[in-house]
Amino acid sequence: MSKNVKIRRGADIKLQGAAERVKAEAPFPSAFAIKPTDFHGLTPKMVVKEGAEVKAGSVLFYDKYNEHVKFTSPVSGEVAEIVRGAKRRIMEVRIVADQNQSYESFDVSDQSSEEKVKALLMSSGLWAMIKQRPYDIVADPKRKPKAIVISAFDSAPLGADYDFILHGQNEAFQKGIDALAQMTSGKVHLNTRGGSTADAVFTNAKNVVHNTFSGPHPSGTPGVQIHHLDPINKGEVVWTVSPQHVAMIGRFLLTGKVDMSKTIALAGSEVEKPRYLSTWIGASIKSIVEGQIKDGKNRIISGNVLTGDKVDLDGYLGYYSDVVTVIPEGDEAQFMGWLAPNLHKYSLSRAYFSWLMPKKRYKLNTNMNGEDRAYVVSGQYEDVLPMDVYPVQLIKSIMTNDIDKMEKLGIYEVAPEDFALCEYACTSKMEVQKILREGLDLAQKELG
Amino acid sequence: MQFLRNFFDNLRPNFEEGGKFEKYYKAFEAMETFAFTPPHTTHNGAHIRDAIDLKRTMFFVIIALIPSLLFGIWNTGHQYYLSIGQYPELMDGFMDKIIFGAIRVLPIVVVSYAVGLGIEFGIAVAKNHSVNEGYLVSGMLIPLVLPSEIPLWMVAVATAFAVLIGKEVFGGTGMNILNPALTARAFLFFAYPTKMSGNMVWIPQESGMASVDGYTGETLLSQAYNAPAGSQFGSVAYDAAGVQYGSLADTMWASFWGWIPGSIGETSVFAILLGAAFLLYTGIGSWRIMLSFLIGGLGMSMIFNAWGANPFMSVHPLQQLMMGSFMFGMVFMATDPVSAAQTNTGKWIYGFFAGFLGIMIRVFNPAYPEGIMMAILFMNVMAPLIDHYVVEANINRRLKRAKAVAS
Repeated sequence: MSKNVKIRRGADIKLQGAAERVKAEAPFPSAFAIKPTDFHGLTPKMVVKEGAEVKAGSVLFYDKYNEHVKFTSPVSGEVAEIVRGAKRRIMEVRIVADQNQSYESFDVSDQSSEEKVKALLMSSGLWAMIKQRPYDIVADPKRKPKAIVISAFDSAPLGADYDFILHGQNEAFQKGIDALAQMTSGKVHLNTRGGSTADAVFTNAKNVVHNTFSGPHPSGTPGVQIHHLDPINKGEVVWTVSPQHVAMIGRFLLTGKVDMSKTIALAGSEVEKPRYLSTWIGASIKSIVEGQIKDGKNRIISGNVLTGDKVDLDGYLGYYSDVVTVIPEGDEAQFMGWLAPNLHKYSLSRAYFSWLMPKKRYKLNTNMNGEDRAYVVSGQYEDVLPMDVYPVQLIKSIMTNDIDKMEKLGIYEVAPEDFALCEYACTSKMEVQKILREGLDLAQKELG
Repeated sequence: MQFLRNFFDNLRPNFEEGGKFEKYYKAFEAMETFAFTPPHTTHNGAHIRDAIDLKRTMFFVIIALIPSLLFGIWNTGHQYYLSIGQYPELMDGFMDKIIFGAIRVLPIVVVSYAVGLGIEFGIAVAKNHSVNEGYLVSGMLIPLVLPSEIPLWMVAVATAFAVLIGKEVFGGTGMNILNPALTARAFLFFAYPTKMSGNMVWIPQESGMASVDGYTGETLLSQAYNAPAGSQFGSVAYDAAGVQYGSLADTMWASFWGWIPGSIGETSVFAILLGAAFLLYTGIGSWRIMLSFLIGGLGMSMIFNAWGANPFMSVHPLQQLMMGSFMFGMVFMATDPVSAAQTNTGKWIYGFFAGFLGIMIRVFNPAYPEGIMMAILFMNVMAPLIDHYVVEANINRRLKRAKAVAS
């Protein structure tokens, strides 16, 4: 039943500063934070107060509407500060780490049933690693997914190489797969990049359907893969988990210890030595990038350049981020920029020369390269969205709050990251991902 | 460039909130962003953005129009000197022809831009939205589809009509149903038919100068339309001065290069194809629309050929496509992304029928031997319907899939 899918529409944006396949130890971060804002739509209910002592795996807060879903501390230490934003919304729970780590202990001896595994994952805080489609949110434990999709490669620009990151973690990865497989009525799909050989950790995985996807980004996003393997219809749910999180779940079920250490890629044109680092979920950005980035005005992104979150130097690594990207800010006006040849700029259109130099790697900045406009040019989104979905029509139905149309045009099948390249390519500089997220929120509220 | 930067930086406070001219901020912004691509950066979502923007897109269409404009200027002069019997050879009096043409054509361009941009800026200031670049192209297209003999006040009226009724009432650039440039032409065509049809409108005239004997100024289309029954177009066609071409190959040669009477920008197939090559190379013009338009026009011409009820129907398909505004409509009018179909499947259908109906209307039109403008405007109106059914098919696929799972 395994499929080999060829993706034709899409684009690989070649950026400078790909991470070299060497792993370095980042200094142990003294500060950590878990950001409730990483979990879209979550209303956190705090359990700890400022000053409380926590261990790795201690509950920090839980989901107000789903109290079994807990969110736990990645390290042991003291809750230093609960940072609130507008309307007292909780933005960050900051923790100052101890030098010697201690762990909450979980009894993982009984994993005989789906319910018991679920309960273990929810109480340990690892449940949040499982995301669901539709709506691209933390999975609802009350709904059974018809399939689970794991994309074993990141096709985004400067994406992390999971073959390198997970090399040698066969046991934990397999354990994670087995746990997940219990929870679905269908199959677990493990998708590797077509045309190249994946690491043994993936090729030797059992209890999964092996598929391959070849072609340009977004061939590696779970949304596109689901669309080609087993598209989501109204009322159906599919889960997605990143491979590193599968291994983390496996490690927990083997040892009973919540160990949120992970390997991330530090990449981008403004990084001195782009490479892989071992660090932790929620680690301070300073511990990751300090002394590693070039001078000048830079933007640090937790995640990749298409979908990540902007973070400050005193910010924290996002829960789902496997990459930290540093690129230059582009806040400078350019004389007649729309007319200049701009050989250093990259465009998917042939109105610039970049298409003549397919091998060249670019140092792109954060400039908008234009101003917001109404839709004029057509066909751009379709060229980079390999799905049987009409993207512009869907976006327009969201703009007009037409829920019926949104449903008909396939809102259940899409997530903002699938549309990231549309946003990149847009001549009219629409905030496609933001609009799509608003549409998903509305659909979730009205359609459930 | 520093002095220009300083110039804008000094002016800026006047236009910002609290300044003397704060109401006109959007007009200032349009000027400033024209000179300097703004320093705006991304927030969240995609942190990098494609280098393309609407200014460059629109500007590239203007580049594609330059060959047609330049040729139109020369041809305006050429047709004038033909009519007075001077410089009958193509390369004779080259500079005189250019100067005469420029004096005729450039004012039309200036009026079109002045009126159109004036209205656009006014509305942008009144509604407090940014000035859209769409008119940069419309402002060049309007002169190119008009006869050089047109009075300037008509250009102004037609432009105002096209921008206000054709575009702004629908919500401005990106929202219009009809192609603004064709709206301007259609307005003139129906409001002032004597200035837009007939034989002599295509030839610039100067008062007091009589045209030479034998001079007709007739377009090839009207010759084909009026050809006596039983005759072959290729053997009866003559040029504006009344000299017979003699063979179909010669007629085609003349229409390909474009030294024939017609609207300013439409006559030279060669110049239009240069523009088309540029639009296709840069990917700014839709190849789907151009190709399907061509197939549609060719198909209809061949059907007429097979039918052959009158000489107009029997005109060789290639000749049929090179006459009148077919090529110009295909490359620059039908491809307007706003008024064309938006879906890729829709583009094929839209383009095909625009070309197909264009030739059909041209031949069947009892009043006037041309139909491309009508066909494209008609398909502009139909484009949303075509898209609707294309999207509906997608919706049905989705519903069917859901049903198959449910059962």
